Amino acid sequence: MYIYDQHDQQIVNERVAQFRDQTRRYLAGEIAEEEFLPLRLQNGLYIQRLAPMLRIAVPYGLLNSKQLRKLAHIARQYDKGYCHITTRQNIQFNWPQLEEVPDILAELAEVEMHAIQTSGNCIRNVTSDEFAGVAPDEIEDPRPWCELLRQWSTFHPEFAFLPRKFKIAVTGAEQDRAATQVHDIGLHLVRNAEGETGFRVLGGGGLGRTPVIGSVIREFLPKEHLLTYMDAILRVYNRHGRRDNKYKARIKILVRAWTPEVFAEKVEAEWSHLKDGPGTLTGDEIERAASFFTAPDYEKPDDSAAEQTLAEISRKDIAFGKWLQRNVTEHRCPGYAVVHLSLKPTGVAPGDVTDAQLDAIAVLADQYSFGEVRTTHKQNLVLADVKKSDLYELWQQARTGGFATPNIGTLTDMICCPGGDFCSLANAKSIPVAEAIQRKFDDMDYVYDLGDLSLNISGCMNACGHHHVGNIGILGVDKKGQEFYQVQLGGNDEMDTRLANVLGPSFGRDEMPTVIENILEVYLDNRHQDESFLSTYQRIGSDPFKERVYGKNH
Amino acid sequence: MAKIIDKDAVVEDSWQLLAKDFTGPLPSGDLLLPLNYWLDNRDTAAAHDGKIGLWIDSDEEVEGLADDANQFPVIAVNFPAFTDGRGFSTGRLLRERYSFQGQLRAVGQVIRDQLFFLRRCGFDAFQLREGYDLEDALNSLCDFSVRYQPAVDQPLPLFRRR
Repeated sequence: MYIYDQHDQQIVNERVAQFRDQTRRYLAGEIAEEEFLPLRLQNGLYIQRLAPMLRIAVPYGLLNSKQLRKLAHIARQYDKGYCHITTRQNIQFNWPQLEEVPDILAELAEVEMHAIQTSGNCIRNVTSDEFAGVAPDEIEDPRPWCELLRQWSTFHPEFAFLPRKFKIAVTGAEQDRAATQVHDIGLHLVRNAEGETGFRVLGGGGLGRTPVIGSVIREFLPKEHLLTYMDAILRVYNRHGRRDNKYKARIKILVRAWTPEVFAEKVEAEWSHLKDGPGTLTGDEIERAASFFTAPDYEKPDDSAAEQTLAEISRKDIAFGKWLQRNVTEHRCPGYAVVHLSLKPTGVAPGDVTDAQLDAIAVLADQYSFGEVRTTHKQNLVLADVKKSDLYELWQQARTGGFATPNIGTLTDMICCPGGDFCSLANAKSIPVAEAIQRKFDDMDYVYDLGDLSLNISGCMNACGHHHVGNIGILGVDKKGQEFYQVQLGGNDEMDTRLANVLGPSFGRDEMPTVIENILEVYLDNRHQDESFLSTYQRIGSDPFKERVYGKNH
Repeated sequence: MAKIIDKDAVVEDSWQLLAKDFTGPLPSGDLLLPLNYWLDNRDTAAAHDGKIGLWIDSDEEVEGLADDANQFPVIAVNFPAFTDGRGFSTGRLLRERYSFQGQLRAVGQVIRDQLFFLRRCGFDAFQLREGYDLEDALNSLCDFSVRYQPAVDQPLPLFRRR
């Protein structure tokens, strides 16, 4: 994990001082509301329905146990004892006092954390693959590149007032676990014919009001040019992105208006001035960044013995077996495993975690996973380096802590935005819909039989809940002051990213569990053997679903 | 006369900025002409007895000026709203691509919390929006002592200086 040097620490400390002064000036009436707005947003501070909301950056999802304990402390001291993991791997506090935010930032700075650029029309926190460094399908570890991008984007003087927000995701694996194709820029580490690694650069993806899958802007970018090429993209966007209409201001609109080919040409033309300039990464810097993300001190456990023991325990302890099957994933190092801690038990807002749980997870991280944990864009946590021989013990503790629900990748592991319960942008509530669906499908055998399935819920078209790329997507809409829910089918946020299609007219909230049940019944009636929901949908199309949900005469 | 920030100090300023749709004979004194006016009336501008500078709006491309930039002692870049960040790119292009050596001035709806970024992008004079205590605003020029990226004030990224 990256460790701050004096420069990194200095800039975060100076940010705390700057924001303390800005808050003081605002409260003293020296800064107008509209002027304070972008200043606080660039520090992750929203004024929400009930209270301010503070979004804290978790760079590419990495946290250590010290940071977890600090977050637990902040939840207790300044909030109502919990926080929320977002779909961009960040952490949100829902109840801080505006006056106390500078103190919260000072506390965060003590553990090398901040809220810089977690909102506003600037370059946001870079996100990545939660299995970075441990995935068997990885070409190269994306984390050093994420850190280089973090530093490059932090207080970038030219790009603090972009037409709109700007999100970058990086992956180094064959599978896309970071939704890179629905980001303003998606970076894929790839190998060229000469065997060198570099980046395939995607641009112009995004969700929100106009969902678009990113286009390839450059097939192969040699690694040392990453930052100057980013400068070129951002400069073209900053100068030419629309500023007359905030709904048409994202880079995706520009890429689409110009076509990806023309956009790429403009970027190349700009880049020709910047290429090989001082912003070009040096071998020393690439090495320095990589040195923070070396493999931890793995032991050499006997993999087959561990597997055998796990199989034996699973036979005796069915609950453990289910957890093992759903929440534990393959690790590249024999004898080790990747463990998901589910933040989706029924009755808890998806992605919420309490102070006591954060403390408990810190203990688990120290005890079983080299003191580190990762947040995921599906709003769970991951312990990435657990010895298989520790899994049973870990499971027992995770179960006590309330985060061993064996539902990862299933129907009840929903992505869900905070929605109308918290967010002032929302058109409808989303948490009660998630809960009603979880309660309806409380039979885990039924849920397991459905297999891998993603259900994503957003409370408005801003799409924080990624509804466009859920196998089943639910979008909250407002009709004359009433909350309704539109259903979309067939989305996917993995390598073969697809946008979902709207099924038809929307439904009232009470109808939603039954609507979902009907959709699932169509799948179960039509699937071939262990065909997934998505494959079945792609094969049979939306008509059978429409017929079941709306009746024959839809 | 208006007060502006010139480098690190608050000073009186004598430059007069002509509106974008300005026509007719030039008034006397030191003038900041709209870019298009100058492109269309170079001879009139050359015959003026005061000093001539230019101002560029946020939606105007500095490429139209290019190597002529250094004829001017002052170029101003307009920020019609402080959230319109195009001027940050314009400033860097003038300094880094067209080697502009004169005073580069940010004008319009500039807020004090942008001063650090503006200076990094090559601006050395600042006409803030109304209502600021300019002496106090000078503090915002030095909000940060660390600079990760290469820019006009520090052409080397931190990683080449670490």
